[in-house]
Parts: sequence; C-alpha cells; structure tokens
Amino acid sequence: MTTVEAALAPSLPAAGPRGRSVGWWGVLCMIMTEAMLFVGLLASYFFLWASSDEWPQGAIERPEVARISVFTVVLLGSSIPIFIGEWANRRGRMSLARSALFVSFLMGAVFLANQVLEYRDLHFGWRDNAYASIFYVTTGLHGLHVLLGLLINLVVQAKGYARRLAPSHDVTVEVFSLYWHFVDVVWIFVFSSLYLAPHFA
Amino acid sequence: MRFAVDTPPSILDAHGSEAHHLANVWWIMLGIAAFVYLVVGGFIVLASVRGRRREPAEGPSRHDQYFIWIGGVIVPTVILMFVAFLTVHTGAALRAPGKNPLRVHVVGKEWWWAVEYPGTSVVTANEIHVPVGQPLEIQVDAGDVVHSFWVPQLAGKLDAIPGQHNILRFTVRQVGVYRGECAEFCGLQHAHMNFRVIAETPGDFTKWLLHEQQITPVPSSELAARGQLAFNSSACAGCHAIRATDARSNVGPDLSDVGARARLGAETVDNTPDNLRRWIADPSHFKPGVRMPPAVNSPDDLDAIVAYLEGLR
Amino acid sequence: MTTLLPRPGAPPADEHELRERWEDDPGIPGFFGTVDHKRIGVRYLVTAFAFFVVSGIFALVMRVQLAAPNAHVLSPEAYNQLFTMHGTTMIFLFNTPVLAGFGNYLVPLQLGARDMAFPRLNAFSYWIFLLGGLMMYAGFAFGTAPDGGWFAYAPLTDSLYSPGKGMDFWAIGVVFVGISTTVGAVNFLVTTFKCRAPGMSLSRVPIYVWSFVVFGFMVLFAVPAVTLAAGLLEFDRLFDTAFFRPGQGGNALLYQHLFWFWGHPEVYILFLPAAGMISTILPVFARRKIAGYTWIVGSLVAIGFISFGVWVHHMFATGVPVLAMSFFSAASLVIVLPSGVQFFCWIATMWHGKVRFHTPMLFAMGFLLLFLLGGITGVMVAVLPWDWQATDSYFVVAHFHYVLNGAVVFPIFAAIYYWYPKFTGRMLSERLGHASFWVMFIGFNVAFFPMHMLGLLGMPRRIYTYESGLGWDWLNLVSSIGGFMFATGVGVTFVNLWVSRKHPRDAGPNPWDADTLEWATESPTPEWNFAAVPIVASRHPLWDQRPMTFAEDGAYGPEGALRRAIPITGGLGAEPEDVLYVPPETALPFWVALGLALVFVAMLVQAQLVAIVGLAVAAVAVLRWTWRIGDRDIATRPETEP
Ligand code: HEA
Ligand code: HEA
Ligand code: HEC
Ligand code: CUA
Ligand SMILES: [Cu+2]
Repeated sequence: MTTVEAALAPSLPAAGPRGRSVGWWGVLCMIMTEAMLFVGLLASYFFLWASSDEWPQGAIERPEVARISVFTVVLLGSSIPIFIGEWANRRGRMSLARSALFVSFLMGAVFLANQVLEYRDLHFGWRDNAYASIFYVTTGLHGLHVLLGLLINLVVQAKGYARRLAPSHDVTVEVFSLYWHFVDVVWIFVFSSLYLAPHFA
Repeated sequence: MRFAVDTPPSILDAHGSEAHHLANVWWIMLGIAAFVYLVVGGFIVLASVRGRRREPAEGPSRHDQYFIWIGGVIVPTVILMFVAFLTVHTGAALRAPGKNPLRVHVVGKEWWWAVEYPGTSVVTANEIHVPVGQPLEIQVDAGDVVHSFWVPQLAGKLDAIPGQHNILRFTVRQVGVYRGECAEFCGLQHAHMNFRVIAETPGDFTKWLLHEQQITPVPSSELAARGQLAFNSSACAGCHAIRATDARSNVGPDLSDVGARARLGAETVDNTPDNLRRWIADPSHFKPGVRMPPAVNSPDDLDAIVAYLEGLR
Repeated sequence: MTTLLPRPGAPPADEHELRERWEDDPGIPGFFGTVDHKRIGVRYLVTAFAFFVVSGIFALVMRVQLAAPNAHVLSPEAYNQLFTMHGTTMIFLFNTPVLAGFGNYLVPLQLGARDMAFPRLNAFSYWIFLLGGLMMYAGFAFGTAPDGGWFAYAPLTDSLYSPGKGMDFWAIGVVFVGISTTVGAVNFLVTTFKCRAPGMSLSRVPIYVWSFVVFGFMVLFAVPAVTLAAGLLEFDRLFDTAFFRPGQGGNALLYQHLFWFWGHPEVYILFLPAAGMISTILPVFARRKIAGYTWIVGSLVAIGFISFGVWVHHMFATGVPVLAMSFFSAASLVIVLPSGVQFFCWIATMWHGKVRFHTPMLFAMGFLLLFLLGGITGVMVAVLPWDWQATDSYFVVAHFHYVLNGAVVFPIFAAIYYWYPKFTGRMLSERLGHASFWVMFIGFNVAFFPMHMLGLLGMPRRIYTYESGLGWDWLNLVSSIGGFMFATGVGVTFVNLWVSRKHPRDAGPNPWDADTLEWATESPTPEWNFAAVPIVASRHPLWDQRPMTFAEDGAYGPEGALRRAIPITGGLGAEPEDVLYVPPETALPFWVALGLALVFVAMLVQAQLVAIVGLAVAAVAVLRWTWRIGDRDIATRPETEP
C-alpha cells in the first residue's frame, strides 16, 4: 500500500522533475519507427542484391570509399559538439551551447554538401536499374534527414538567441540531440551497406 | 466439340496427384475443425448460460487455471503439432521432381495463357493437352503482371511472377477436361482469364502432339484463301502467329489451331463460327477492355478470315 | 458484491471556472483548434463510420453484381474499383481509425489522465488521416479510382499497367494514413507509460490499455514497411525508378514482402484492440474479474511478437522455397496458442460468472462464436500445402470476413453499445440492440458462410462475374441476401442511435457498474475528465475501492484541473515525476496537415505553385509549433513558478 500512501499526497517531488521528459520519449518512439524505415530500405537493398547476378548491376562501378570515408568521419564527429552543447545547456552556459550547436551545424552541412556534389559525379542515374534506384533513394532519404536535422539545429540556435531555451532541462535541446545522434548512427549502417559491402563481395 | 467443362472445378473432386493429397488433408482438417468448434463453442454457450442463477466467483478461481492450461495450452499444442506434422509431411512430398516428366511452358499474359511444349514447335493458347499418368512439370511464367495458375481439380496454385520461373509438378490421374483459372488479380479481365486442361491417354496425347507439329495452313476453300491473304496483310499478323505463314508475332495467342479450340478469349465464349465472327469484328463486345482492337473493316474480309481461321485445326 | 456506485469526481473547486479553462471556443476556431482527446476521438469515430457505410454500400453493390451469373450491373472497371476501395476503406479508413477513435477517447480516461501526452499531435493525427482518406477517394473525381486491389501488387499497379492518377492517390493516401497511425501510436505509448494515475502500476493497467501498448509497438515496427512499399511504388510510377521492374534488375516479389511485412501485423493491429474491448466488456457482464489477467497481457504481447514472423503465409503460392515457407507455416500455427489462451480466459471468466445478456454482451458472444470459426479457418489456410488450394479463392475471403468483420466489427458494435452512455450520458435501447444483434449475426453467417463452400468449389476472388453451370450460382445468391440482411442489422443500430437522440434516457455515471476509471467521472465526460485525479490501489478500482479515492491537492487535485495539468508519473509503480500542461487550443496541427496534403496533391497534378504554397504553409506552421515547444517548461518549471 505504500504507493497509495505516497500518492495520497501527490505533489511534485522536492528535487524537481525526475526522469526524461515526455517529449524525449515521444521522439524516441519516432526514432524507432524511422529506424525501421531504414531497416526496410537496407533489407530491400540486400534482397535486390541477392536476386541479382551482378552487384552493382549493369556495369556500374563500385562506389568509391576514400572520399566518403572522410566525410563520414565529419558527420560522426558532429555528434561531439552536440554532446558538449547539451552539457553546456545543462550548466546554463548558453553561449557555449550555442557555439557548439553551430560547429555541429557546420560539420553536418559539409557532409551534406559533399553528398550533393557526389551525386553530380556519379556516372549513373536513378532510372538506370534497381541498384541505382535504391542507391539514390537510400542516400537521398538519409540526406533528407540530415537536412531536416540542420534546419532543426537552426531553430534550436534561434531559440537560444531568443532566450526560449529553459536552462538546465530543456526539451528542445534534448530532443534535437537525440535526433541528431540517430541520424549519425543510421549513416554507419547506410555507409557499411552501400559503400563498403560491395567491396567485400 | 464439347464446350463447357463437365463438372464444377471443385478442389474436393480431385483428379490430380496433388489435388488428391490436398483433398485428403481437407477432410482431416475438417474433422479436427468440427471437433474444436463444437467443443469450444459448446463451452462458450454452456459457460454463458450456466452461471445465470449462481453468484459469481470473488477473485480468481482454481478452475480458471484448468481452463487456461488445458483448453488454451495443452490441447491446442497437441492438435497443432499434429497439424504441423501434416503440413511438413504433405508439403515436402508434393511438388518434388518426378521421373521422366513432361515439361509444358505456360506464360500468363493479360488476359490469356500461352502454352508451349519445349523441344517441339507446338505453341497454342488457353488449352493445355497433357497425358494422364506421366509426371508433369508446368513452368509458369508471367508475360506482364502477376497471374496465378490454378486447376482446382488437379493441383494447388502457383503464381506467375515477372522475372521468376516457377515450376508446378503433378500428375493427372483421369482422362477428362478440367477448368483452369487465373487466381491472382491481374487487371480488368482477370475474371476472363481461364483455360482448360485436356487430359488424354498417352496415346491420344502423342497423336495430338504429332498432329500439332504437322499443321500446315493450306486454305481449304477460295474464301479461306482470301482470308489468309487478308489476315496476313492486315493488323492481325502484327499480333498473332500462325505456323508456316508470315504471321509470326506473339503479342496475341498463337492461332495455328484456333479452329480446334472449344472456346475463345480464354474461355469467354464458345468457339462457334458466329461467335468467332463477332469476336474478330468487336472483341470488346464479349470481353470489355480486351487487349485486341477491332481490326477488320469490311464484312467480306471478315467472312474470309473466319473461314480461314475455322479451317485451322 | 455490493452494487455501490462510485462517487463521481470529487467536487471541483468551481465548475464554472473549470469550464472556462477547458471549453473550446465555439464555432470555427474551436472546431479546427481543439486538442481535446475526446472530441478528437469522437471525430475519428464519426469519420470512420462514414467510411464504413460508404464501403459497406460498395460491398452491397458488388454483392448485387455477384448474385447471379453473367450479371451486368457493374462494368469490370467499376467492379475492380469497388472491391479495391471496399478493402482499402475497410482496412485503412474504417477499422484502424475506428479503433484509434475508441482508444483516443478511452485510453486517457482509463488511465485517469486529463488528456493524451501530446494533445496537438493527436489533433494532427486526425487531420492527416482525414486528408489521406479524402485523397484515396480523390481518384473518383479524376475518373480513375484505384483498382489494383487492397494490396496493389506491382507490376500491375506500376504506371505501365495502371496509368491513371487513381493509383498515385492511393499510394500517397496509404503513406498519409500510415503517418496518422504512427503518430497515434506514439501518443498511446507515451500516454500509457507516463500519464497513469498515481498508484496505477503496470500490473494494474487495464487490459484494454495494454492492447493499445502492443498496438503502439506493432505500429511503430510494421508501418514503415508499407510506407516503403507504397513510397517505392510511387517512385517507380513518378520518377521511373526500377525497384519493382524485373526488366531493369528490380524485383516484383520485393513489393509483396514489404507489403505483407506490414500487412500481416496489421491484421493483428486491428484485432488486438478489438480483443481488448472484449476483455473489458465481458467481465463486466459476467459480474466478475477477468480470469488470467497476466495470461491475457502475455498473450497480447506474444501475438505482437510472433505476428512479425508469419508474413510469408500470404505468399505461399509465389514459389518461395518450400523449406522457408514451412517455417512461416509453423509460425502461423504457433500464433494460435496465445489466441487460444485468451479464448479460454474469456470462457473461464464466464464459467464462474453470472452472465447478463445486455446488448454489449450479446455482441461479445457473437464475437466469440465468429472469431472461433475465423480462427480455425485461419489455421487451415496456414497449412502450407492446403493454402495452395485455398489462397486467392473465396475460402480466404470467408476467413478474413469472419475475422475482420466478425472478430473486429462485432467487438466494435459491442463497444458502441457499451460506451455510448459514457460518450453521451444517454442509454441505447436494449430492444433495438437485441434486434440489431440477431439480424447482424444471422445475416453475417448467411453472407459469409457460403463463401467457404464457394472457395472449395473453385471460385477465385476478385472476379467481376462468372458463368453459370459451375455450381456457384445459388451460393452466391444466398451470400448476397445475407449481405443485405447484415446491412439491415447495422441499420437498426443507426436507428437506435437516432432514437436515443430523440428520446434520451439518462445513463448516470456508471450504468453497467463497471470497474475501470472512465466510469469514475460523470457521463458525458466533462472536458477536464477528472477534476481530481483518482488514486488507484487495485486492478479493478471501481470494484475494489468503494468509495473511490481521489487526490486532493497539487497538480492532482482540482487546483491542477484549473491549470490544465496532466500529472506525469513514471516507473513501474506510477510514481509522481513531473507535470505537463494541456496546451491551449490551436489550429497549427490542421495547418501542418493541410500544407503537407497540398504539397503532395499538387505534385501529382503538377501544380507547382500550389505545392510551393503548401510547403510554405506547412513550414510556417511547423516553425511556430517548434518555437512553442518547451514554453510550458519555461513558464511552469518549479524554479520559475510564481
Ligand atoms: C482481424 C484480422 C485477422 C485475424 C485475427 C486473423 C487470424 C489468423 N489468420 Fe488471417 N487473414 C486476415 C485477417 C486476420 N487473420 C486477412 C485480412 C487475410 C487476407 C488478406 C488478403 O489476402 O486480402 C488473412 C489471410 C490469412 C492467411 C493467408 C491466406 C491466403 O491468402 O492464402 C493465412 C495463412 O496462414 C492466415 C492465417 C491466420 C491464422 C493462423 C490466424 C490465427 O491468429 C487465428 C487464431 C485463433 C484461433 C484458432 C481461434 C481461437 C483458438 C482456440 C479456441 C484454440 C484451439 C484451436 C485450435 C487448436 C485450432 N490468414
Ligand atoms: C473490416 C473489414 C471488412 C468488412 C466489415 C467487410 C464487409 C463486407 N464485405 Fe468485404 N472485404 C474486406 C474487408 C471487409 N469487408 C477486404 C479487406 C476485402 C478484400 C478486398 C480486395 O480483394 O482487395 C473484402 C472483399 C470482399 C469481397 C470479395 C470481392 C472479390 O474478391 O471480388 C466481397 C464479396 O462478396 C465482400 C463482401 C462484403 C460484404 C457483403 C460486407 C458486409 O458486411 C457489408 C455490410 C454493409 C454495410 C455495413 C453498409 C452500411 C449499412 C447500411 C447501408 C444500412 C443502412 C444505413 C442506414 C440506415 C444509415 N468483401
Ligand atoms: C493489338 C494486338 C492484336 C491485333 C491487331 C489482333 N489481335 Fe487477336 N488477339 C490479341 C490478343 C491479346 C488476344 C487475346 C485476348 C484475350 O483472350 O484476352 C487475341 C485473341 C484473338 C482470338 C481468340 C484466340 C483464342 O484462342 O482465344 C482470335 C480468334 C483473334 N485474336 C483473331 C484476330 C484477328 C482475326 C485479327 C485481325 C483482324 C486480330 N486478332 C488482331 C491481340 C490482337
Ligand atoms: Cu491473370 Cu488474373
Ligand atoms: Cu496473415
């Protein structure tokens, strides 16, 4: 009966709110379903591979690894300033938080710019065959997530300047950082499947 | 010439090896199902009327656990293990390669079936002649969208999937004419994409196969000769093939033996001269949306072409 | 057991003031701006039932065409469009949203919460569902309604074979409805885990709510697959990609895998909340606590898990290797066990209960008898080799109407009769209710039982006509008659709803003497749900806690109600953690949904300007929305509280 007794006088715990915010849990759920979207795409990729005689199909050369590896490091690295930003926000060091977000924004933008440029250098279009289609759609969907992340990053920064971020425990920052880490982690899988795997087949 | 097939295409009126097995499976399952339904249904009714005068149990009852364990866990497990055994047992036995099989190549197209006998020059449509007793290997391919090959009295379904070559194996046990159907929705005229399997004694089948290989379309009358000319010089030849003539396209069904077919348009109408004439004049009349345009303008040509095609058998 | 009625919510500080804080603006702004889960829930219900009637009428027209051989009531085009839209509507636009509607209304109430965790997202989820549904129907306006069947197999649905715009609207509609369901699922999950009344530990969560937890997880994991199926199909159609084009290295079977990876879990996504309704209603009318609570919850979870491993049983005839298919066949058999456990929990509950045959209970009984048959035919078609005969025949049509129409629609009708007093404060007529049940039940069996026989007689599904002499004629006629009888039964319930409006009979707060928290407040539910949040000390609070206890102070008491507070609880035991505030009414969710819909529709009809306007509307609305996220945090954090 202790729960009931505790609940009989329900008021906020003295130490302020405990646990993650509701928004954080919500975004976590969204991320689970987004992750399934990528799982589905990558499963389709391997399914198409398994039912093809050659991979990549139709004399398309294997994707080049060196260049993308550099930018992969940049993208994954962009999670570090986010950690710093979150930490700074918790300490109420808002200007550090804002700069950290900005650095992360730059790194993400560099990655995205490279993706766009790489599309221009590819010798195949998405119409050519199923390999080409899934290559474009998978990297494109990830790119879209990066773009979205960058836009949210700008909003968060703007909210920082407008002093709309609650110090210490803010949903906006928490939620954005969760999302950005997710975008990074997904890239590891996309990168290994699309860029690395064909070289080991 | 028999038009309609003899009997309803019932899967329980089995005349093929696979259908026969599956009909047995059905009767076993029906027995189990009836038992389960009556017992469980009986409990439902009994439980609901039983307690009308009783006071309901406070809290959980020991009997709850009996119900759950026995009815929900133990008995179903036993039944399901038996069903699983049945599945694996019949599943593995069916569709296994047989000795000295006859291969027939079937291609589903919107909305008819092309039939070829590999190793021979024989090509026909919507009618599949097979010998009884000899294992069959029906290779089911798709020419455009997904279709499904189904002769309920002979075997279960196998889909025709573009980019895939599926093989259905069974043996026909009795001479007869069996109705076949396209069982996967394939567009407008999915309802009229039927066919027939004509199962003959091995002797009759061999005779038929030989005859087919010797078809030479020599028009039997002057009218028919004009028909041949009209056929070859009009759009017809752009879609149809007739062996040993200039008509060589495979867009539509091969017509080399069209006069011998029981029905037209994948079992849409009976193949009478009158129907044939109307079919050629306006195929959409019988089969709205059919992928064949009306292609003859003059009634004279029409008569001639009908005469020509009637003679192809 | 005494029949003491629980005390309705502890007297609020000032009802007038509460009203002022909670009531929506009257008129248009309130209509587009409401974030009240009850209003949204009822909206879902009304919209879904409108779709049900439309889709049911489609079915009846189909049955007229099929009543006799060689009928000419419908052209093949029309028939194909009708069965496609019948199936699509029933699955996407009736079953899913109607369950979401009940859940929306009831889950927060059963948890003792004042709203969902994300009220604005909840509104968004409704609007995007409505727009997605209208989009699917937009094809009719363009003269090319979708006609590829409800699973729209490629390549038939690719641009080469289905050039019309109808398929495009179908695919985008699927994506939209998917978004709606996903957002709803997130809301159900977070609401259940974070917004329970104090004391409602996980082992006291009502089974109905549990069914939504499993629903939520299943949606999160399954829906992306259908989004991909429809999305990639749309890429093939619009941008000439080659995913499902075998000639260019694509794979037609990939579509089927993606579709059924969602499609199978989907049927349990529909079934589980319906089963949850039964687990709620049946004990109330058997006058005892449900037998095997833990077993049932475990079964729900088990069904959720296993249902992800059976999808290939919809593809048994596609030529997948037999060994692989045997695995899926076996998994389909295993899923019977948790269903059987649930079944016997229900039987055991009645066995030691004292059953009262009110209308909701009748529908629940109907459910048991129909689901039993549908489940058993499910087992039959799960037998791999036998399904080679059954698949794509009317036997399967019979199976899935017994489960979809029997095991989902009957619980929904039970729910209507059971919760209508909650929604409106009025009772429905028992006489009309009984009549409706019997006509529906008999009509149902007359309509769908013969379909088993038609399947055995070799009748394939999705044919617009058939010839005489195949032995199918009279069975089809009987089936058509049954279809109309069933519809008449449905009509009687509509009459019942109408009569209760004309001649209201007051229901009182807890007319069935039920055990769950939605009955711990007045009926119809006041906007604030609970002026004082109930404190839970039992799995069956209204039965075990007489009189019911309510919190008195802080965010939990009337003071909290005045400030639109939803107390946040956490952990297994629902200990107080935080407070959330229900946002004021806002039309932002509507604008976001409308903007997105404009973008997609404009892209399909190539109206670039409209697309840009849509994008702008959506972008501005999203920006304003994100700008406000956390406002409540800043204003109400303890340290900044006035
Ligand atoms: C609410 C929806 C719902 C539910 C609950 C089910 C439940 C089940 N379904 Fe069904 N199914 C559909 C909706 C549903 N289905 C739909 C819509 C389709 C067709 C889609 C289309 O093609 O358009 C379909 C098609 C379908 C197929 C594919 C057929 C084909 O296309 O060839 C299969 C094959 O395995 C199958 C199996 C099962 C099984 C094993 C169950 C089991 O879960 C049933 C378990 C329940 C019981 C068995 C009853 C209770 C148990 C007991 C009392 C214990 C004792 C019983 C025994 C020991 C037998 N279903
Ligand atoms: C929840 C799901 C659901 C429900 C409830 C129904 C309900 C019905 N279904 Fe359907 N059905 C499906 C899901 C469902 N169906 C699916 C998924 C398919 C597959 C589609 C495909 O192959 O792609 C299908 C396919 C399908 C077919 C096969 C088509 C074919 O393969 O060619 C048939 C044929 O008879 C059919 C018939 C019916 C009938 C007669 C009803 C009846 O129960 C309908 C009853 C009528 C109403 C409920 C109308 C409303 C009431 C009134 C009009 C009363 C008067 C009104 C007032 C007084 C206001 N359905
Ligand atoms: C554009 C292609 C096309 C043209 C031109 C065409 N046909 Fe056809 N024809 C078809 C197709 C496709 C079918 C199969 C229709 C079906 O059953 O769905 C068919 C079927 C037939 C059949 C029935 C065969 C059977 O066994 O069912 C006959 C006979 C026939 N065509 C004769 C003709 C004649 C004669 C002409 C010229 C006047 C002609 N066709 C022109 C495409 C064509
Ligand atoms: Cu071909 Cu249906
Ligand atoms: Cu299934």
